[in-house]
Amino acid sequence: MQRIGVFVCHCGSNIAATVDVAAVAEAAKSQPGVVFATDYTYMCSENGQNLIADSIKEYGLTAVVVCSCSPRMHEATFRKVADKAGLNPYMVEIANIREQCSWVHKDTEIGTPKAISLMKTAVAKVNLNTPLQEGESKVTKRALIIGGGIAGIQTALDIADAGYKVDIVEKTPSIGGRMSQLDKTFPTLDCSSCILTPKMTEVAQHENITLYTYSEVESVSGYVGDFTVEIRRKARYVHEDICTGCGLCMTKCPSKKAKNEFNRGLNTRTAIYTPFAQAIPNVPVIDTEACIHFRTGKCGICAKNCAVQAIDYEQKDEIITEKYGAIVVATGFDLIDLKPFGEYAYNLSPDVVSSLELERILNAAGPTSGHLQRMSDHRQPKEMVFIQCVGSRCEDDRRGKPYCSKICCMYTAKQAMLIKDHYPDVNIHVFYIDVRTPGKAFDEFYRRAVEDYGVDYIKGQVGKVTPQADGTLLVHGVDMLDQKVVEINADMVVLAAAVEPNPDIRKLATMLTLSIDNNNFLNEAHPKLRPVEAATAGVFMSGVVQGPRDIPETVAQAGAAAIKVVGLLAKDKLKTNPCVAQSDELYCNGCSVCQNVCPYGAISYTEKEVRDHGVRDTRRIAQVNPALCKGCGACSVACPSGAMNLKGFSNRQIMAEVDTVLCQ
Amino acid sequence: MSVTEKMTSPEAVLERENLAYLGDAKGKSEGEWTPKIVAFCCNWCSYAGADLAGNNRASYPAEIKIIRVPCSGRVNPLFILRAFQKGADGVILCGCHPGDCHYMTGNYYTRRRMALLFSMLDYLGVEKGRTRVEWVSASEGAKFAATMNEFAEKIRSLGRNVRLEDIRCRN
Repeated sequence: MQRIGVFVCHCGSNIAATVDVAAVAEAAKSQPGVVFATDYTYMCSENGQNLIADSIKEYGLTAVVVCSCSPRMHEATFRKVADKAGLNPYMVEIANIREQCSWVHKDTEIGTPKAISLMKTAVAKVNLNTPLQEGESKVTKRALIIGGGIAGIQTALDIADAGYKVDIVEKTPSIGGRMSQLDKTFPTLDCSSCILTPKMTEVAQHENITLYTYSEVESVSGYVGDFTVEIRRKARYVHEDICTGCGLCMTKCPSKKAKNEFNRGLNTRTAIYTPFAQAIPNVPVIDTEACIHFRTGKCGICAKNCAVQAIDYEQKDEIITEKYGAIVVATGFDLIDLKPFGEYAYNLSPDVVSSLELERILNAAGPTSGHLQRMSDHRQPKEMVFIQCVGSRCEDDRRGKPYCSKICCMYTAKQAMLIKDHYPDVNIHVFYIDVRTPGKAFDEFYRRAVEDYGVDYIKGQVGKVTPQADGTLLVHGVDMLDQKVVEINADMVVLAAAVEPNPDIRKLATMLTLSIDNNNFLNEAHPKLRPVEAATAGVFMSGVVQGPRDIPETVAQAGAAAIKVVGLLAKDKLKTNPCVAQSDELYCNGCSVCQNVCPYGAISYTEKEVRDHGVRDTRRIAQVNPALCKGCGACSVACPSGAMNLKGFSNRQIMAEVDTVLCQ
Repeated sequence: MSVTEKMTSPEAVLERENLAYLGDAKGKSEGEWTPKIVAFCCNWCSYAGADLAGNNRASYPAEIKIIRVPCSGRVNPLFILRAFQKGADGVILCGCHPGDCHYMTGNYYTRRRMALLFSMLDYLGVEKGRTRVEWVSASEGAKFAATMNEFAEKIRSLGRNVRLEDIRCRN
């Protein structure tokens, strides 16, 4: 039997006005196990806390019930008091007689019996409490960043600068991401590579950062502080540690017809290639589908020309296993597939381009060396039409997205201005639904495009783009402000396509048990208060993988994710919640039902020798990993043999509460 | 309908059985009866919603007794059967809205499990009105109070529940 102390709080008049607190304390004295009961004005005050601590020592209490405000308010406070007084903090129960009694009932006639009932229920529960110990788990002081775009780069640099080891896993042959494909950035018009490449170099040279490019995460197991990750290093067929990056192999390669992904397929590249000149690492990759050696077994020109013998056609994919304390997902975005938008003739004419393709065309390192050209006849266009919200704010979920892609209004204004700067004679028309420019110096930027550069903004949508026999594109649109149909004979049409998370995120979300929304963006643990943390402990997010955003926002979020990671890695041990599930080996028959309902993968099985009525037996028994278990109790209800129980909310405790609640 | 038919109709039998049980209630006449209602609330949404109802002084009847559970998915059907065995007149189970479960999937299990349990209870004579699952978020204090008022009213109109009560448990 416990020796229970009951402490009834007045909370000034908050409780005392509608509950006869003395009567509650008096009633407590006759409850089973109660050896001491009293009331006090403010239990949470220093004097109140001392009263509890002193009583624990004086009466040798083994359990405490505090009748006060909600446990969500002061449970932690009173647990600390118990801990200081030498009582296990989990031997404290709260009877919520303020929020759920005195504040919702009018007078003492109703309030007092209800408070007594709540007190009795708490006493009944605490009678069955057992001391619980917080567990500890170790922290591996190394972080993994998945994705090497600006989000991943910035997160990695911030963590590495704080003194922790960081690995970046990047799917493509080079880090840099989408930002490396851009020409200039809004609203300041700095050159994108000029601000990005120094950061890429810093990553490559940082003593705390290890780069795994052309690699993918294969599997993830473990939990916060102790993840085990398998990384597939895809065969490059070029030894990273030997290659000097001279580029001779690329100039000699005779297979030059592979689609250049970095330039969005606008031109071609060789079979052995680096995506772009400033690639980090500056080590080429062989595209086996395009390579003559891999297709026919002949050629081998690159190997013959390589002065340092870095080329190895026999290289195989390699799986490496590494341990991490924290994982940041920064897999970024791509543009949506434009094929279903047949009305804009994207599939019919090479002169209808996506905004990212135009970005490559405008880039000095792009397929046209920065000269604005039609991709069909390399003529410089005179009339250009930009169509906004292609697939953004789209009601048709089979081809578009319901959300605003956020960056398109700004980059369209930027692209229009860049074109006007170099080719003042080009007429630019922008069809828009709304122009959205919330951001520092954003609206001024847009107004400059309209007022100083004379870009023609037309509020309305385009119904159809028809390629003409003379090579022009007839754009049929509506001007909603003038209420008339507009027809423009354009030389080039640019589609501001919606952004969407990289499709790989679904596979990754399954591996990391992350939740994703209807549009495949990652869900944060709390949209306002925990914006960079995933619901899974130890996993964080950065960049467009969470929702559309621009570069400054991404960098800011990367810093936020980094400080969260650093905060985690700075700890030597993590405290784990002791209210976790536990299986009773005598009842468990290893049926796997609990494992199937556990959303955290906290349950595994082990063969265990048990003695049942003096008979030795080996059984398959469920084991709960207390570091992974969050204490939801789903397993304890699903268990068909009643072997699973939840510490702190055990079946017996809840049954005792039910009994007591109904016992008056 | 003949007198015999009236006497042997299921409603009449039920009525008589109920009266027989009620006769055992010591010193309690029909007028004094107040329902006993158990409300299981998940810690993260509904218990917080109940706290918010308190903060806003949104009142509901005192016969509602809240039991805190970590997740609505922690409520074992046995707890509900136990409540009826111990003389509860109604049981309500509150959790986070579907999709918002703090533990990701707990309330989906609750939803399916309770649909089955409540039909079984209905079959056993515990009317569907006596059992309820409601999603109450931490910001829905007003909804919590309104739901509890409505539920208590419903239980009052249904009257005392005796179908599963074990009178040996009565005190």
